[in-house]
Amino acid sequence: MYLSNYTNQAILLKNKEFNVIVTIENKSFINDPEGETIYHDLILKNKYNNIKSVRTAKVLKLIVNAKNPIQATLSVKKMCEDLRIFNPIVSDCQVNIISDE
Amino acid sequence: MFYIILLFDPKILIPINVFLKHQMQKIGIPVFPGSNCDRDIYHVLTHLYNIKTDFIWHKKENIKNYNAIIIPGGFSFGDRLRAGIIAAHSPIIKEVKRLANDGVPVLGICNGFQILVESELLPGSLIKNNCLNFICKWTDLKVRNTNTPFTSKFKKNELFKIPIANGEGRFILNEDQLKEIKKKNQIVFSYHQDDPNGSIDSIAGVSNDARNIVGMMPHPERTCQPELKLFGLNNSAMKIFDSLIAYIKKISS
Repeated sequence: MYLSNYTNQAILLKNKEFNVIVTIENKSFINDPEGETIYHDLILKNKYNNIKSVRTAKVLKLIVNAKNPIQATLSVKKMCEDLRIFNPIVSDCQVNIISDE
Repeated sequence: MFYIILLFDPKILIPINVFLKHQMQKIGIPVFPGSNCDRDIYHVLTHLYNIKTDFIWHKKENIKNYNAIIIPGGFSFGDRLRAGIIAAHSPIIKEVKRLANDGVPVLGICNGFQILVESELLPGSLIKNNCLNFICKWTDLKVRNTNTPFTSKFKKNELFKIPIANGEGRFILNEDQLKEIKKKNQIVFSYHQDDPNGSIDSIAGVSNDARNIVGMMPHPERTCQPELKLFGLNNSAMKIFDSLIAYIKKISS
């Protein structure tokens, strides 16, 4: 009992926690009416002419326990594909790590 | 003595047989947290068609002896992440996949269609309506394929009135997949002279390759009683249930 607790803690200490961001965005062949409304009716009407386009997306913030950043991204990518966190027909999925510094 | 003669009288035995066969037909309605059209379908099947109907809770793992499955509309798991995705991973959908492989007819209405699409039983994907709003209104629907268990009583290209009620009903496919489903004649229903959701090719309902799984966005269960029908318009949406019941009676007889 004590031993298993100890080993678990050892694994946790050895592994680090990473903040991973998953961005789910519709593919470019699908129009994005929400982004278009934000762009035309808010940004352009208030004369922010330097902005050229807006697309909306969904973001998931995950805290992942892994040995290194590469393992963290790979495990999250696999999870997203296995559970269909994004629909491969209509959306693309980006997995990024944000550093703590 | 009299009763024994009565029991063996063929004139009485035949109606009992017919009664038993009639009772044997059973349709299952999977229920998820957030389903809200399950009771409507139950009412239509039990009270208008006199078919035994069961509610099946989404955690149930072994289901058998169902002649058809109808996945109801609603907001399963609160539409979290994406409409239908969490329900698509539930134990009951594994069972539905198994039954569908055996050729049992499966109909998904509204959220049921979204669940079937997310569980990859049907092609494509359903995303937010073009207008970004929840739409609830009457539309004209056109039958494009009469060769499914749910549309056999329709004529080809028949038009009928049916209500829609959805927020995420825009059916999307890429070009190759659209060509493929057109080639295989998998488009079952499409909106007529109107495209409320912004679906590609005005698609309102599709089937799988084997034609036993059909998903549709409009709600046929909401037009089955005279009180609910639009005045003065033809309402043949009930033919969907007529076709299904004729099909399962033909199969089980």
